[in-house]
This record gives sequence, C-alpha cells and structure tokens, in this order.
Amino acid sequence: MSALLAVEGVTMRFGGLTAVDGVTLAVAEGTITGLIGPNGAGKTTLFAVISGFLAPTAGRVRYRGEDITAMPVHRRAERGIARTFQIVQPFAGLSVRENIAVGAYLRHPGREAALAAADAVAERVGLARLRDLPAGALTVAGRKRLELARALATAPTLLLLDEVLAGLNPSEIRDMIPVIRRIRDDGVTILIVEHVMQAVMNLCDRVHVLAQGRLIAEDTPAEIARDPKVVEAYLGHGAAERMRRAQGHG
Amino acid sequence: MYSPEILLTAVLNGLMTGAVYALIAVGLTLVYGVLHIINFAHGATLTAAMFAVYVLHAAFGLDPYLAMAVTVPGFFALGYAVQRLVIGPASHGDDGNILLVTLGLAIIIENALLVVFRSDTRSIDVPYGFAVIEVGPLFLSLPRVIAVFVVLLVALLLWLFLARSTTGQAIRAVAKEKMGAALVGIDVGHIYAVTFGLGAACLAVAASLLMPTFLVNPRIGNAFVLVAFTIVVLGGMGSIPGALLGGLFIGVVESLSGLFMGESLGQIGIFLIFILVLLFRPTGLFGAKA
Amino acid sequence: MSALRPYRAILLALALLALLPVLFTTGTVRNFLIFTLIVALAAQGWNLLGGYGGQFSFGHASFFGTGAYAIAILQARAGLNPWLALPVAVALGALAGAVIGTLAFRARLRGSYFALVTLAFAEVLRIVANVLPITGGAAGTLIRLNVDPLNFQFADRAHFYWVTLVFLGAAMVLVRALERGRFGARLVAVRENEDAARALGVDVLRVKIVAITLSAAITAVAGCLYAQNFLYLDAAIAYGPWISVEALLAPIIGGLGTVFGPLIGALVLHGLGELTKVWIGALTGGSVPGIDLVLFGILLIATVGFAPRGILGLVARLRMLPA
Repeated sequence: MSALLAVEGVTMRFGGLTAVDGVTLAVAEGTITGLIGPNGAGKTTLFAVISGFLAPTAGRVRYRGEDITAMPVHRRAERGIARTFQIVQPFAGLSVRENIAVGAYLRHPGREAALAAADAVAERVGLARLRDLPAGALTVAGRKRLELARALATAPTLLLLDEVLAGLNPSEIRDMIPVIRRIRDDGVTILIVEHVMQAVMNLCDRVHVLAQGRLIAEDTPAEIARDPKVVEAYLGHGAAERMRRAQGHG
Repeated sequence: MYSPEILLTAVLNGLMTGAVYALIAVGLTLVYGVLHIINFAHGATLTAAMFAVYVLHAAFGLDPYLAMAVTVPGFFALGYAVQRLVIGPASHGDDGNILLVTLGLAIIIENALLVVFRSDTRSIDVPYGFAVIEVGPLFLSLPRVIAVFVVLLVALLLWLFLARSTTGQAIRAVAKEKMGAALVGIDVGHIYAVTFGLGAACLAVAASLLMPTFLVNPRIGNAFVLVAFTIVVLGGMGSIPGALLGGLFIGVVESLSGLFMGESLGQIGIFLIFILVLLFRPTGLFGAKA
Repeated sequence: MSALRPYRAILLALALLALLPVLFTTGTVRNFLIFTLIVALAAQGWNLLGGYGGQFSFGHASFFGTGAYAIAILQARAGLNPWLALPVAVALGALAGAVIGTLAFRARLRGSYFALVTLAFAEVLRIVANVLPITGGAAGTLIRLNVDPLNFQFADRAHFYWVTLVFLGAAMVLVRALERGRFGARLVAVRENEDAARALGVDVLRVKIVAITLSAAITAVAGCLYAQNFLYLDAAIAYGPWISVEALLAPIIGGLGTVFGPLIGALVLHGLGELTKVWIGALTGGSVPGIDLVLFGILLIATVGFAPRGILGLVARLRMLPA
C-alpha cells in the first residue's frame, strides 16, 4: 500500500496559539483512515490545512508524492481531492439535483452528461427521490447526504469527510455507515474526521489520534481503543488507570 | 510655486471644510460601527437637512444656527423612525438588502426634494455670510471658523454621551457584541434606531454649518456622500476618531489638489484614495479596527 | 425542435414585442419603447453579475459609458463606420469590466464594499470624461447626423426599435444559454456559497471576472445603442449614476437572476413611471420631474422587503395558489 496523502510536520499557529503542532501522518490508498481526538484537539484546523482552506505555518502536504501545500482549493478538486463541510453548506437556492451537478460539471462540461452524472450520484447516496426539492428544504440528515453527494460528483480519488455523522441520530448514523463503506469499496480513499467514536471504530482501517495539536497514537481501531494514552486524552488524566483497576476488580 | 500664504490659506481652508466632512463622516461611521451597514441614504439625508435649514430661514427668518434647535431633534426622530419602520423591517437583517433599501431611500429623498424644490440652486443670505476674521496675515471666513468649533463641540458631546450615559454604554455594547447585548436585556432594535437617529442628527448640525456659506439643490448630497465614504474607509470603518482625522485629511487633500489641478479634477484625488484604500488597505490608514 | 425548447419563451416574447411599433405609431411612444429596451439591455448585463453572481454593482455606468463614448468617439474623431465601431466599443466596455473586476475581486471586495468601489470607479470616469479633450469635455460629443441604415441611423423610429430588440433578444438568449450550462451553474454556486463552490473545483475568482466581463460587454452594447439613438453624449449621461441605478432597479424589481427579470422590470418601471408623470402632470398642469423616480425608490424598498424574487416571483406564487 502506498501513501496517497502524506502530511509532513504540519504546524499551524494563530498568533500565540499553536493549534496543530508538527503533525505527520499518511493515508494509504484504498483505505478509510480516521482522524479523531477530543474537542479542541486541532482536528478541524488540520482538516482545513489538508483540504487547502488554510495555509500551514510550517510543514508540507503531499498528494501522490506531489507537494500541494500551496495549491488552491479548486485545483486540488481537479486533481481528485474532494471535501465535505462539517457545517453543511448547501446552495440553498438550487435544487438537490442542481447542487450535485455543480460538482459533476468538474468532469462533465456538457449539461446532459453532468445532470446524468448527478442523478447517478443521487442514487448512490439515497437522494434520488428528493432530487427535485430545493436544497434548503432537506432535513439535517438529507443535507449531510447532499454534502457527500456533491463531493462524490467531482469523481474524487481522495475524499475528505468532516464530521459527516455529527448531528445525526443513531438510526441515521446506522443508515449512513454502509453508504460510506460502499464509496470506499468503489475505490475512493477516505480520510474521515469524526467525533462519533463508535462509527470510526466501525469504519476505519487505521486511526490517528490528535490531542492538543499533537498526534499521540496511530493504529488499528481495536488497538487504539486499548491505548491508555488515547483513553486519557479523551477522559482526562488517570482515567486509564482507574478503568484498568475497575476492570480488574470486576 | 505658490507663496507660503496661499498654501497656508489652502491648508487652513481644507481643515475648515474637512471639519464639516468629519462631522458628516462621524454620522456615517457611527451607524456602520453599530449596525454594520453602509447607509447609502446619508448624502440624501444631508440634502434634506440643508433644505430644512433653508425653509426655516425662508419661511420664518430663522437663523441657520438657531435652526439646529428644530432640525437636530427633528432629524433624530426622523432617523429613529426610518430605521425602526423602514430599514429594519424591509431588510430582514441582510447586508445586501440594507444596501438596496438605503439606496431606495436615497432615491426617494433626492427626487422628492426635486419634486418640491425643482432643480434650482438656492442659498440663504445672512449678514455674517462673508464676514472674516484676521489671524496674522490670513483672513479666515467667520462661518467656517464657527463650524470648526461646533464640530469639535459635537465630537466632545458625542464622546461623553457614548462613554458616560447608559444609552451610550448600551450602544457600545451592541456595537461590540450584539447577541450578548440582547442577552443582558438591551433592546437591540431600539439601540439601532437611536444610533441611526444620532447619525441623522449629526447631519442636521452639518447642514446648519454649511448653509451660511454653501448652496443647496436636490443633488448636492451626492457631492458629499462619496467623500464621506472615503473618510470612513480611510479612518477605519466604525472608528469615530478615525473619521475625525480622516475628515480633516481629506479636506486638506481636496483643497490642495483643487489648488494644483483645478476645481473639477480636485475630486478625483479623493476617489482615487477611496479606491486605493479599499483595494489595498481595507482596514483604514490609521490602523483602526476592521 | 427540442434544441430550441429552452428558448421558446424568449422567442415568443420577442415576437410580441416586435409587434408594438405596429400598434403604436406615434414618435413619443416609440421613443419610450426604444429607451425602455435600452434600459432592459443594460439591466440584463447587470443581472448576469448581480442576479446570477450575487455581486451587486453600483457602477455599471462605467461599462455603459465606455461603450457609448467609444462608439461615438470612433465615429466623430476617427471617422469609423458605427457598425465597425460597435464591436470595438463593446470590447472596450468588456475590458473596463475585466480591469475593475480583477482589481476588486482580487482584493476580495464583496457586498457593500464591492458596490462602493464600482460606484467610485464610475465617478472617476465621469470626472475624467468631463475634462478630457477626446470626449469633448463638458461640451460633450455629437455624432454627426447622417441617416442611413449603413450608418446605424434610421429614418423610421420603428427600425431602430427592431434593431434594439434584436440586440436585447441576443442578450437574453446568451444569458439563457449560460444559465443552462456549466458557467451558469458555477456562477450561481459562487453566489450561494463561495467556499462550497471552491471545494467542488470552481475557480471562484475566475468565474467572477468572466461574469463581470460578460456583464460589462452586454451593458456596453446598451451604451452603444443609446449613443446611436440620441447622437449626443456628455459625462453625466454616459457615466452618470442614473444608468447604474436603472441597471440594478429593473432586474431587482422584475426578478433577480432570471432571464426575463430585467425586461419585465424595465417595462413595468418605465410604464408606471410614464403613467405617473402623465397623471401627476394632469393634476398639477405641468411636468413634475423626479416623481417617477420617487415611485421607483418606493418599489425598490417594497420589492426588497416583501417580494425578494420580484414580479416574476410574485407571479409564480400566485400560480401556485388554487384558482
């Protein structure tokens, strides 16, 4: 497995605050890789650097070996990097189909081909029935699917998902997980930033854990769940010790 | 080259004109700082205030300075009402909408004045209109010297009001953090309208200061509106000290470029400054808050 | 023909409009119709940038005036045939759009700031045009009267009307074609949400610059028609705020970001404006300048406040109601 995406020593400072501190990680082709961490760990900032919405203070981002640190967002999309937004950003005045078509036009300059591609994507993410609704009329779950659909319509090689499950109820999450897995099975590499732990453990091949701007662990989901550093990062100092003792007595 | 006296006179004249510009800009920047909107009707409102001074003089023989006793409260009330009854309800809080609504107001005011007063240019005669005072080798126009002192007084009063009064503190709270202000029980709609009223009241003062030496026609406000925007942008959007400094600066720039390039091209200097500041330094020359 | 289907409504509207000079034969009405169509064309230019792209310009006079002055000066000073001067003038108007757009959009100006900077550019052009020798300064520029269709001057007002209608129709077809294609989708995406558009591979800066360039070109055509119709220009006509305001009023009142909005807005505004002038004139026994603009201002505020999708939006809403 070769690394499709490589983050090399990325640091991001805002004034005196270091949000991301020397992070190095790689995303292997064909995998779903998770990026998790407690609130304020720097996930969102790192995601913004990887997707090109922020220029890092130091470090590099490579895609297929090429340095893309300074590449504008729209050029990254052309190269096959797509992203979704945690706070959904539908084009509210357009229909679901037209929303998806904006993404599809990246690969299909003609109207008919772009609309056909949009319809195919709508089918894939389960929005086919809703495609003529105005995007503003969708529920939260619908909008999350629309985020996914638009990104998919750009026919990405690497898909960056920013908390696509946040704000969904458990049954909506259960519905969404197979959709994401199917995207990977279709050959798209996925980097997913997520707060919903259960989903990450369920979906990911590898998981990176960020705490206070630094990478503290990198492993399979099963190993990560047992890593005392990770438990402490989430639950506070001493938590791992307490848990082990509690289990020992139980 | 011009003699030092001529240059000095030009600079002083510029400062005196600039003081009135500053007052006009203070009204505009105050509204921007609190409501975060650009009031396109500012120039037309100034025209209306100038006509109010003109009518009070023509119909009742009221001195332009004394007219302030009527126009300042009147325009405060008008500004309050317009924000509360028209701009607020019609714009739904959207930036683009406010721009269009205030543009609509500007069109209505300017053309309503045209309907009533026609396009003739009018002025008023007061005995002191051409009075001068001698300062060393220089002759300064008395009404314009008065204008400088009145502007300084208004600036001081406004500052005291914002710093000391309860309403002033509420205005500053709303300007800083609208949501927070609303949470602690400040009526944001009322504060918006008060601020808008204050902006209009500044224009009423400016109108009284302008009328003894200036003329008025329905389109005169256009001559001031871009100048006022330039000052506001130059001084930093929302900054009152910035607007005062910017007003004086622009007054001098206009006066000097008028001296060197002639009256009609003199204004270009101002617009070019405006464009350049917007393009390259949108936080203002004096480094005020963005 | 299915390829023509999206354009059927436009062609139908043009056919109906073409009949008007047959019904109305007086010079006054025909002049009114010509003027209204010129405004509708300038407004269609504004609509491409403002309606579809969401970038509200307060200075489309820059493009109208550049087109108008260019076609007039090329005839008056270079002796060029107006039909040859037309493409040059439109190209110069488009260039003005590209330059102003590149400067403003590179500086990331939007909303009120973009409106202000476009207004300032128009004012600078107005002041410069008022003093430059090539524009005739304050005296203005006259196009020599030489009535001949080869010379873009028509003895019959109806003929000039039809020529204007052809240009307006071409602009409407162009806007419809853009609206249905990739560029239109991207332009609307930029209006709705720049970050999301960027993430989908849209070069936001480029889309905006192309939009303002096309927009300026369309409005420049309107300027050329104005110059050929009145054969006289000065700085206040060519670069004055009046046309910037006309260009934005019509689409907003007719229906922002729709092909028919500018035309419907211009017809309704100027129709109502004329009626008001006639009515008030009859009441007061004289002409009352400015009364029509007071009405326009009220309509602008009412539209923004209560019918954000303009007349077309209101019609669509009425159609949805059960009869």
